[in-house]
This record gives sequence, structure tokens and C-alpha cells, in this order.
Amino acid sequence: MSMIINGLPAEVPLDPRVSLLDFLRDDLRLHGTKKGCDQGACGACTVLADGERILSCLALAVQYEGRSVTTIEGVGTATELHQLQQAFIEHDGFQCGYCTPGQICSAIGMAEEIRRGVPSHVTDDLDAPTMPFCAEEIRERMSGNLCRCGAHNGIVEAIAATFAALPEAEAAE
Amino acid sequence: MSIAKDPKGLIQGAAQGLMAKAVALAPDAWVPGGVPDPLIGRQHGHVGRAVSRIDGPLKVSGTARFAAEFPMEHMVFAAILFSTIAKGRIVTLETARAQAAQGVVEVMTHRNAPRLSPPPVFMSNPKAAGGDNLPVMQDDRIHWNGQPVAVVLAETQEQANHAASLIEATYETEPAITAFDEARSHARPAEFMGEPLHDEKGKAETALSTSAVRIDATYRTPRHNHNAIELHAVTVAWQDGVLRLHDASQLVSHTAWSLGQIFGIPEDKVLVTSPYVGGGFGGKCMWQHHVLAAAAAKLCGRPVRLVLSREGVYRLVGGRSLTEQQVSLGADADGRLKALIHRGLTAKTPSNVMPEPFILASRSTYAAEAIELDVHSVELDLLANTFMRAPGESVGTFALESAMDELAEALALDPIELRIRNEPDVDPLSGLPFSSRRIVDAWRAGAEAFGWSRRSPTPGSRREGEWLVGMGCATGTYPYYRMPGGAARLTLTPRGASVGIAAHEMGMGTATAQVQVTAERLGLPIDAVDFHYGDSRLPGTVLAGGSQQTAAIGAAVIAAHRLLIKELFDIVGNDSPLAGIKPDDVACRDAGLCVRDDPERHETYASILARAGRASIEVTGEGPLPLELMHWSMHSHAAMFCEVKVNAITGEPRVTRFLGSFDCGRILNPKTAASQFRGGIIMGLGLALMEETQVDERNGRVMNPSLSEYHVPVHMDVPEIDVIWTDIPDPHTPMGARGIGEIGITGTAAAVANAIYNATGKRVRDLPITLDKLL
Repeated sequence: MSMIINGLPAEVPLDPRVSLLDFLRDDLRLHGTKKGCDQGACGACTVLADGERILSCLALAVQYEGRSVTTIEGVGTATELHQLQQAFIEHDGFQCGYCTPGQICSAIGMAEEIRRGVPSHVTDDLDAPTMPFCAEEIRERMSGNLCRCGAHNGIVEAIAATFAALPEAEAAE
Repeated sequence: MSIAKDPKGLIQGAAQGLMAKAVALAPDAWVPGGVPDPLIGRQHGHVGRAVSRIDGPLKVSGTARFAAEFPMEHMVFAAILFSTIAKGRIVTLETARAQAAQGVVEVMTHRNAPRLSPPPVFMSNPKAAGGDNLPVMQDDRIHWNGQPVAVVLAETQEQANHAASLIEATYETEPAITAFDEARSHARPAEFMGEPLHDEKGKAETALSTSAVRIDATYRTPRHNHNAIELHAVTVAWQDGVLRLHDASQLVSHTAWSLGQIFGIPEDKVLVTSPYVGGGFGGKCMWQHHVLAAAAAKLCGRPVRLVLSREGVYRLVGGRSLTEQQVSLGADADGRLKALIHRGLTAKTPSNVMPEPFILASRSTYAAEAIELDVHSVELDLLANTFMRAPGESVGTFALESAMDELAEALALDPIELRIRNEPDVDPLSGLPFSSRRIVDAWRAGAEAFGWSRRSPTPGSRREGEWLVGMGCATGTYPYYRMPGGAARLTLTPRGASVGIAAHEMGMGTATAQVQVTAERLGLPIDAVDFHYGDSRLPGTVLAGGSQQTAAIGAAVIAAHRLLIKELFDIVGNDSPLAGIKPDDVACRDAGLCVRDDPERHETYASILARAGRASIEVTGEGPLPLELMHWSMHSHAAMFCEVKVNAITGEPRVTRFLGSFDCGRILNPKTAASQFRGGIIMGLGLALMEETQVDERNGRVMNPSLSEYHVPVHMDVPEIDVIWTDIPDPHTPMGARGIGEIGITGTAAAVANAIYNATGKRVRDLPITLDKLL
């Protein structure tokens, strides 16, 4: 019984009560994924499961057998940052830094949702194949990731700066 | 208890009064800040540059290590069971099933917990850190609904949580006072920081009754919780007689001393470190979980990790108390204030010292001819309340600045003009001169940037589709504080310098800004300076609170820097280009010392150290007593502007624009400062529109102990927030700066409420302004 965490195999825990979050933090000592409420209300524990954002506190580790999970440690390292991580620093998209890994993982998953044309509550045309990567869409889609320090403006700027230009760039190719 | 009833307090009060008078009258040069910090004049260096956070790469990569992320050998995990009654005693506590559950190492209750002294409550000693002074798990008494009654220790968190659910407790209840209205008739005069929350100047009631225009209204604010996203956590071990804590703390030295008192050991046998704190806001001080974890580790002989559940944070860590404030304003026909009365009621507990001091802002904001301010407090059998971001000013400015808006309307006067018309020349109560007060500049710049001239003074007159649109403004204010106890170690080597001080980084940008300041002070590049903090072994007793940390560190580093220059001169020798110069005549630049008036006469630190055969110089300086606070009236200000849309059909309020225009002295780092300002404003939006800790007044239990039921602003609630500032240095503070961590939350709720009034014509005086109040 194993899963893939950041590209490496990991044995699924024997105790079926162990959440994916506690498995990452307590068993694997991957502390980048944060615990802010343990009840799906804050988003600090967001990780990517096969590229989709999930709340690891609401997931049992055993459910992810055979799946591929990416945590903040798999997104980039302090010396080799993902461009979104770099953008968070540039735009001061955090203060205490505790919600930050969840915001970053969530934004990566969200960008993919927008690219796939998944509409949100603020999307005007539900049938449109693409939607603008605007601040309104980002705010709506990131509202499950709480930030108490109040770095919201910087977070939205960092996400927009990283992803908003991409569809155009891809179109130009 | 008032000071006058307490002989010791009376003598202390008289002595302090005499001292305050003497300091007020002393020449400027005798007072700290009397000679401006030379750094104020250095305009194009590291200070004032938008440097990105030095800990940024660690935080965005998830490698910054928080309190619950330090593994220890043989560590056990803790889970807490909380009482379900408000007052009484435990009759039975059945722990056998928990004890027998898989993986359980120990169950701690009042029956087997180590014997401990009660926590020293805040302000009972300069290093006291306790939110209350109740004994921790020492007897069968219950003092609040949610008090810990048992701690389970197990090999895994899952085992501990499960075992805690197996414990059965029964209680004998005693009458408890948990309803605010029930306690109202027992209200007593309140004290804050050892001083009565009562001020009088002239005959305010008389002045009010003869004023041409009067406003008299009551405003209410509910309880709040800090809700830092990081759960309170400690990882604790007893190692060779030393109590070792990995903590999330905004007061490491206070915590070390206080735990020493509780466990009967010297403070240097307690080691508290806290390199990163996942949000504080006043909530990351010392509470029962520290004591319980340390006691449990002692009991079971193994390291313990105790992470509070989110519910546990609400049960164990106090928040802001509720207030009921009456504001009466009397003005002449031109809008000049004749009377300002601000008084009301708050609630605390019998075991703490923290009445929410909501009159603080009213002491210095307006030049009213007569002033009467008063806080009374009742005592409830609840979890002790505590400091939360801008205690006093955050909720006090909601009342005062809503009332000013009401007065402006009654006078048919622009609300900004009303405020400018009542701008005082000296402190209205103390008569002290202001150290620096440029709020009018902030108002004018803010009004221009926000487009205030487009506001219609007639409520309900602007509509876009189904949305009513309005604008409002309010004054924000927070004092400059500097607490005693600041001390810093400065170490100079040929490669650069490091500062060591037991201060804290909770996201304010402290480490980044202080590296900039120290680099500038010593004439070093930024990457040649290290800043060590968050460790109780370091010098200084520095609370990260009251927006005072920047000043406390600054004054301590100034003192250490002076000692460093002296030490360098002791070893400079006759062969140096600096030979024959006095320490007062040198400046630090280009990684060395030079003659102030002749910068070409320069020698590097490396060269001075090498000639003397020294590898390093280390000095520790102590900041002077903060007498500047008795010599000047020292306050920051903000002009807050808000635009809202309120749905005419559903009542839903949305903040669409916000601008804060600040006068906070010199801004050390525009990037991190802007985040501090915005962060405060956003917490203020929560205060205005959604935040409320709901207590079931029948049994004193918090009803919404979760982030899904206590609403904080989310991305969709936060528009782009503009922040601008005067950047005018305060000549009497270290670096010319005043603290900026709290002012953003002040004035914000009133600006929102005033904008909602302008949009709808509905005056809501009862926070939070939820849509049901606008229907």
C-alpha cells in the first residue's frame, strides 16, 4: 500500500484514522503543509492530488493509495523557487507565512481549473470555453484559503502576475 | 479597584505624578529622543527601501519551522478535554477507559498533575505573561465553560484524540454570572495598565447641555477572537533540568520567567524559542496550554507536543471583550466641540486585568473644551479576555468616529472639515506638546487620492442598478509606545554585524526592517547584518505588542551602538586615520568609521579589529526608560476612506474601495509597512461587517468555536486597498518611526459604518453590520 508524495513513494499508514495532513506532517515530517483548523474551514492544508487541489485535513491518508500528491515541498525549494513562490515574495503576498503554502498550492490548482474552463460563482457566461484571469475570478476562487494577516491584495497580485499572462503567451506560440 | 482606595497605589500614583510633571518640564535634551536619532537624516540608504522579506524564501517554500514542527525523540501527543459547565466543581472524572486505550501513555487530571503555583497575571510583574491567574489543573474547581479538565498523552495524535473522547466527567454546578445584562448593576470603575480609565477636563455635562448642536448615541461591539491561522502549539521537553519549549510566542522572555514562577525554577532554567509565529494579534501570549504541556511532560517523563484544536483555541485563549459605549458630543454652530463625553461598559473576569479600554483614542483626538471619559467594567464567569489588535482604539474609534459623522450631518458640515476644525494644538488632556502630528496633511492627501469630492452628502442618493453606493471616512489613531526592558546585543566581526534581542517576528517584517536599520546605522551592506530574535536567552524583555517593538528594539540598538563605538575607540590606536578624534565626532559608513566632517578619514571595522588582534567586539546596550512618553504626546494617525455598495433588495454590504492615509512617522520599509497597514484595515473590515464571538449567555459557552462559524474576511471580501503615508519622521523616536502594527484596524469600522449610512440612510450602531440590520 503506497502513494507517491512529491515524486517519491511513501507507505500508507496502518491506522485508517490518520488524515493525509497528519500523515504528511507527523509521519513524513513534511511540515510545509499547515494545520489551521483541521475541519476544512481555512485552506491552510491545501495540497495537490493528481494536480487537483484538495484539503488534506478532510482526506484520510488511506484514500490516497496509488495517487500522486504534491505538497509545497514539491512545488519549489527555498533555493529553487517556483515562479509563483517568487511572485509571492515580490508582491508581499504573506506576512506570518502560515497560510502561504496552502495559498500557493491552491492557486496552482485554481489556475488549472480556469484553464480548463471550469466556471465559478462570478463567471458571467457559464458556457464560455475560457474565462478571464481577472482579480474578481481569483478572489472568488481563492476564498477558501483564509489569511488573517491580511495579505489578500499581494496574494491576488502574485497569482495574477504569474498566471494571467500565460494564456496570451501560449496563444502567441 | 481604584488607585485612591489602595494606600500603596496612592503613594505610587503620587510619585509617578510628580515624576511625570518633572519629565514634562525637563529640557528636551534630557529626555530620550530629545536629540534626534542621526538615522533620521540619512535619506538615501537602506532605511525607507522596499526590501522584500528576508525570510520570504523559507516561508513560501514551507521550510520556515513553526512551534508544532520540531520533532523530538520519544515525543508524545496531547489532547485536551474541556469542561462543559461555567462554574462549580468536578464530581467524577472517569479516566480508566482512556488510560486503557491503545497508545495512551498517561492521563493527567487535577488528581495527578504536578503541584504548581498559579500563573503570574499580566502586569503583576514586568515579566508576567499570564492571561489570568487561575491555578492550572490543581483542584476540582471550574472557573469557565471550556476549562481544561484532563490531558491525554498518547503515541499518536489520533490515539490521544480518541482516548480523550472516552473520559467521562460529571460536575456540580454553582451559580455563575455569564450574562452581561445580569452583571450590569455590579459595574465598577475600570483600570488599565495601573491607571484608572477615567478622565475629566472642565464640566462636560454642563457644556453639553448648553451646546448649539448635540449628538448622543450608544454603540455596541461584540466579543472577538484573534483567529491567527496557526493553531496555538508548543513542543516541550525537560532536558537536564531545563524546561525547553518550542513556542509560538509574542513574549518569549516573559513566558520563560512566568513558567519559572509556576514550576518553581529560575528563569534561566526555562528556554523558550519562537523563530516563526503564524499570526499573533495579541493572542499568542501565555495561556494554560503552555503550563499543561510542561506539566504533562514532567509527569510522563517524555517530550510532549500539544497543538490546540481550533475549538481548543476558542476555549483556552481569550479574545477581545464586548463593549457598550455612549458618546455625547456638543458643538457650536461652526462645529467646534464644546463637550466630548465617551463612557460605557465592558466585561472582564475576576481573574484578569484587562477591561477593554475603549476611551483611549478619545483622550487625544479632538480639542473639545470639556471632556469626560470613563470605562466601567463588570466581571463575568467566562474565559479571561485579553489584548487583541489595538485594544481600546479598534472599538473605541468605531463609537467616537461614528458619532463625529452623526455630528457632521447635524451641522451640515463635511465630515473631514469637522475633524480638521477640531484639531488640537496640544494634547487636550495632558497639555503636552505633540511630538509630531500631521493628521491634517493625511486628510488632505487621502481625500484627493480617494476622490472624496465625488461624495454626495445626501444619504441614499447614489444608486447603480440594485446597489446603493456610499462613501464614509473616519480618523484612526494609535499611540507611540515604548516599554521598559529593551536590551540588545551587538556583535561586530570583520565580516559584518549581528543583533541579538529577545524580540519577535510574527509577520510584521521585524527582522527585515531591523536588518535595514542596523545596516544603515553601521554603514554595512544589508547582507552583512544578521538579526537574531525569538529566543529567551537573548537580551531584553520585549513584548511584541502595543506596536512598540520597533521602538523598543531601536532604542536598545542605539544604546548598544554607542557602546560599540566606544569599544572601537578603545582599540583604535595611534596609527589609525581616526587617531585623536572623539567618539562623538565620527560616523559609520562604508563598513567602518569616519570623521563626520571629513569622510575621507576612514578606517574599516576589519582593519581596526585586525590591528588590535580582535576577532570580534560584542556589546549589550539597554534602552533608557521611556521618559519621552511623559514629555510629549506621541500618536500616529490615519485618515480612513471607504466606499461601499449595499444591495437594496438583500441588504448585503460590500466594501468596494478603501484607502488609508497614514501619519506614522518615518516608514522603514514601504513594502512590509503597506502590508501591515492593509492587514490592520482588513481586520477592521471584519470588525465592521462580520466578526463576532457568540457566547451562550445561559451557560457561558462559546457557540461558534470554528472558522466556519466565526467569519473573517476572505479574498472575496477584500477589495484593493490603497495605502499612502506622510513619511514625516517623528524627531523624538528611534529612526523617526512610530509603530504601525495596530493603527490599520482603528477608524476602519467607523469608516465602513459611515459609508453604509451614506449609501442607505441607515445608521447601524451595533457591530457587526450584517445584512439583517440593513433590510
